[in-house]
Amino acid sequence: MLSDKDRIFTNLYGQNDWRLAGARARGDWSDTAELIARGRDAIVNEMKASNLRGRGGAGFPTGLKWSFMPKGDGPVPRYLVINGDESEPGTCKDREILRHEPHKLIESALLASFAMGAHAAYIYIRGEFFNEARHLQIAIDEAYDAGLLGPNAAGSGWDFDFYIHRGAGAYICGEETALLESLEGKKGQPRMKPPFPAGAGLYGCPTTVNNVESISVASTILRRGAAWFAGLGRPNNCGTKLMAISGHVNTPCVFEEELGVPLREIIEKHGGGVRGGWDNLLAVIPGGCSVPLLPKSVCETVLMDFDSLRAERSGLGTACMIVMDKSTDIIKAIARFSQFFKHESCGQCTPCREGTGWMMRVMNRMVEGRAEIEEIDMLEQVTRQVEGHTICALGDAAAWPIQGLIRHFRPLMEERIHNYKRLHGGAGRIDAPSPATLATLAAE
Amino acid sequence: MVRVIVDGTPVDVPAGSSALQACEAAGKEIPRFCYHERLSVAGNCRMCLVEVVRAPKPVASCGFPVAEGMEIKTDTEVVRKARRSVMEFLLINHPLDCPICDQGGECDLQDQAYGYGSGVSRYDEPKRAVTDKNLGPLVKTVMTRCIQCTRCVRFCAEVAGTPELGAVSRGENMEITTYVEKALTSELSGNLIDICPVGALTSKPGAFQQRPWELKKTDAIDVMDALGTNIQIQARGGEVKRIVPRVNDEVNEEWLSDKGRFAIDGLLRRRLDRPWLKVHGKLQAVSWQDAFVAIARRLEGVPGSRIGAIVGDLCDAESMMALRDLMISMGSPNLDCRQDGAHYDVSDRANYTFSSGIAGIDEADALLVIGANPRHDAPVLNARIRKRYLEAGRGGLPIGVIGDMGSDPTWAYESLGAGASALADLMADGNPFLEKLKAAKRPMIIVGQGALTRDDSPVVLEACALLAETVGAVTDEWSGLNVLHTAASRVAALDLDFLPAEGGRSVRGMLSGGVDVLWLLGADEFPVHGIGPDTFVIYQGHHGDAGAARADVILPGAAYTEKQGTWVNTEGRVQRGFQAVFPPGEAREDWRILRAVSDVLGHTLPYDTIEALRERLQVGARHVTARRSAAEALSDSVLSKPFASSGASYYLTNPICRASATMQECASVHAPHAAVAAE
Repeated sequence: MLSDKDRIFTNLYGQNDWRLAGARARGDWSDTAELIARGRDAIVNEMKASNLRGRGGAGFPTGLKWSFMPKGDGPVPRYLVINGDESEPGTCKDREILRHEPHKLIESALLASFAMGAHAAYIYIRGEFFNEARHLQIAIDEAYDAGLLGPNAAGSGWDFDFYIHRGAGAYICGEETALLESLEGKKGQPRMKPPFPAGAGLYGCPTTVNNVESISVASTILRRGAAWFAGLGRPNNCGTKLMAISGHVNTPCVFEEELGVPLREIIEKHGGGVRGGWDNLLAVIPGGCSVPLLPKSVCETVLMDFDSLRAERSGLGTACMIVMDKSTDIIKAIARFSQFFKHESCGQCTPCREGTGWMMRVMNRMVEGRAEIEEIDMLEQVTRQVEGHTICALGDAAAWPIQGLIRHFRPLMEERIHNYKRLHGGAGRIDAPSPATLATLAAE
Repeated sequence: MVRVIVDGTPVDVPAGSSALQACEAAGKEIPRFCYHERLSVAGNCRMCLVEVVRAPKPVASCGFPVAEGMEIKTDTEVVRKARRSVMEFLLINHPLDCPICDQGGECDLQDQAYGYGSGVSRYDEPKRAVTDKNLGPLVKTVMTRCIQCTRCVRFCAEVAGTPELGAVSRGENMEITTYVEKALTSELSGNLIDICPVGALTSKPGAFQQRPWELKKTDAIDVMDALGTNIQIQARGGEVKRIVPRVNDEVNEEWLSDKGRFAIDGLLRRRLDRPWLKVHGKLQAVSWQDAFVAIARRLEGVPGSRIGAIVGDLCDAESMMALRDLMISMGSPNLDCRQDGAHYDVSDRANYTFSSGIAGIDEADALLVIGANPRHDAPVLNARIRKRYLEAGRGGLPIGVIGDMGSDPTWAYESLGAGASALADLMADGNPFLEKLKAAKRPMIIVGQGALTRDDSPVVLEACALLAETVGAVTDEWSGLNVLHTAASRVAALDLDFLPAEGGRSVRGMLSGGVDVLWLLGADEFPVHGIGPDTFVIYQGHHGDAGAARADVILPGAAYTEKQGTWVNTEGRVQRGFQAVFPPGEAREDWRILRAVSDVLGHTLPYDTIEALRERLQVGARHVTARRSAAEALSDSVLSKPFASSGASYYLTNPICRASATMQECASVHAPHAAVAAE
């Protein structure tokens, strides 16, 4: 469990002033120039030594990503792009940073940009985050007025500008290359990789795209040292992480916690326990909606970090868990995710464009049980056909929840099909859609 | 070179190649939909997935760069499975209406479904339907068939330079559309039909007309502009059903202009299919023999100097050679091919051709366009300029234009003025664009017919030559002073010296009674009404257009699809087309008509076969003797009027397209909007 002295986000709940004065009182901007004076390589090495893994979901080592930027000064500008398009269902951690700790983000962005030779950073904020963007803009203006941004930012000798770009509400624009496309004013569709953004990113220039949280923790890591950060959590799963609990718990919340703490402990401590007691737990989706769910049996023991969850064939994702108790229609819950992914697929590449719709339609029938037993296997195959065959990870994200459902709740799906057959008579499939399905279709 | 191993076979490919190119180099067929050699890589169809050793997932080979020692596997279970599943995904929302689809038989989706699909569908849900779009008179859409490969979007944006197509909506609901419904403005829009891998974009005029396997395919040369686009004429029975481009990287890459593709319905209308003779002021159908006899009678006693001949824009070299030989044997010096009254410097072949070659555009690093509108004069050539312009990057290819460009040429340019005086300004020392031309290693100057068809054209031409010399456009290894012709027959005619001989009259001189007998070989584009009332006009050609309307005798000839012939394109490339169909009715190949009539006139031409005529061509096309044109007779003063771009619509420039209903419709769709009073 994380002790208070190790917290990075000390104003997570907005209990204190989020503006410059408050941020300074919390230690932000205190010795920015000295940090920068350490030099580019020192900063990157410090970040590497901290073992910070990207907080956006994929968990790629942040320091390593920074080191991919070309060394020295090139003929073209470089950019830091911060991904604030937090659109994952059940996820609302970056939002707390944007509205309550904006200066941590801005200062860290300056440090990160210096470390990779960028004179400009763009933050792409989810369009719905109106007040968050407003807070950040106020913070930016304060920073400019205080000389912390602009030419010779914070007295460091480094010129740095920070811009906000607000998105228009597409989930796919949270994918790093789609975000770049959108930032350039094009349709938000992921790019082929290679080339990776570090080679050719925004406007074809070297670019690093980082999650808001990954960037925001940089200033504290540099201040308190990589060893401190690496000492928290478990090996290869270091440090603290903003997490969130939503769903059937007594006190849903966002909180900062060490990685590697047992999931059950987190739910009991931060979430106030599962509604109706631990035995009422059905399943937990540990990170947003794009990772496979964990049934109760796994939740008993699993640790909340990248590698432990991977070992359970799920993933940490954004570490914003959705807790479901036994009142949940789990098939319907996953079907809702399928609708979400069908709606948010950009339509560029074939497996995702066609597969998400197919999966959604079959899932909708599975909710009623209006299907055949063998269609469960077909559905599983379709998810395999989408997974790993697309340009970006949205195809994977659409496939995994269904795979998790089939892996852990297949008996429930079969039972539902049997029930439907019993109620509607006959062994064959009944094709007439139920009023409920018609309503869903109409709502689409 | 990079060595990669494809299915165990090592192949060497240039660095920077894609995995797909490496596989092709190794002789492996990689199925694809979105990838097209001449468009940017999208990588979205996922059909070309291959396995790369040590890559965690199958990769899209079209966009994956090769690396030394890379091992690619194209025929593993993973790859086969990936292809099967992509095929399945593509087909779940495809209407499978092949029996009523015009693409059937030449459809990539159909072919690859046979080759790589699983043969059954597991999809039992409702299918998607998409509203069709109206893209104008040429391209028909059935958007439900679309597989969102975005080739069309990329073609419009990159090659055609008219970014009018795009994708709206997301996911399953993604649609290709113009957003606000409008006709495509590109002169290359027909190529969308070729690049669309499915039946979403098909030919509107050719809808439901034929199946591809029913068509007899003949290689030929397009005559709608002077580019000499390599085409394949596809015919069924006696009717040309379709024209598609052939690949020739030196000339047209793989594109064809809309006029060349869609004017074919004009080949069935207003045709001259039997000889006619004017008797008492009225044309009457007669036999060939009667027509020939009438000509012979009229020519009796007429001195050679009172006989003239004008050749039109679509003629093949053989018929022009035959006509020239006939005229010379009758002692006529009055020959002309320049219906538009253009001036050329014929002292050197390089002076009247696109002498750098069309492929030379790819090397040019500065461009000056004088009195030409390449987008209308030769749309495919314009696409090449655009390609070079895009390749060179921002500011990489400075382009200056003297004259009126009319519509957007699809590349950014600097307007240097409208008329010949702008040319003088440009030549002034220190002109910024002059400096750019001088700085260029391979500057190119394109002179169009707008600059050549003026009274002061000789002066303009000389100025162009001087400019070319000043900026180093003409050196030992680079010939950058180019003439862009608009008439398919023109360069061949100039090569054959179909010009007024010593003391001969030009087109203008032959009008208003300048000659007593005038032989028009497909000539319709000069002021026909200016022919003197007593001049006896023999019109030999294939369409009842301006020339035939004035004719006293009509000899029905063959259109370009109906004869084998030789054409020389604007860069001086000699190309041969073959006969696809027979001329209608009693119409005959033009050189045969001339051969037959020469017999009746008593000046028998010395060749009985086209091979013999072609041998004669070799001699006739020997380099023409150096000679000054009428330049000295003209005042050296430069006229102030701007270089005219041809006033005619792009779609209506010759008798065939004027007879084409499709081209008429295009012309009316793209006509400038008439001003309407406010309501």
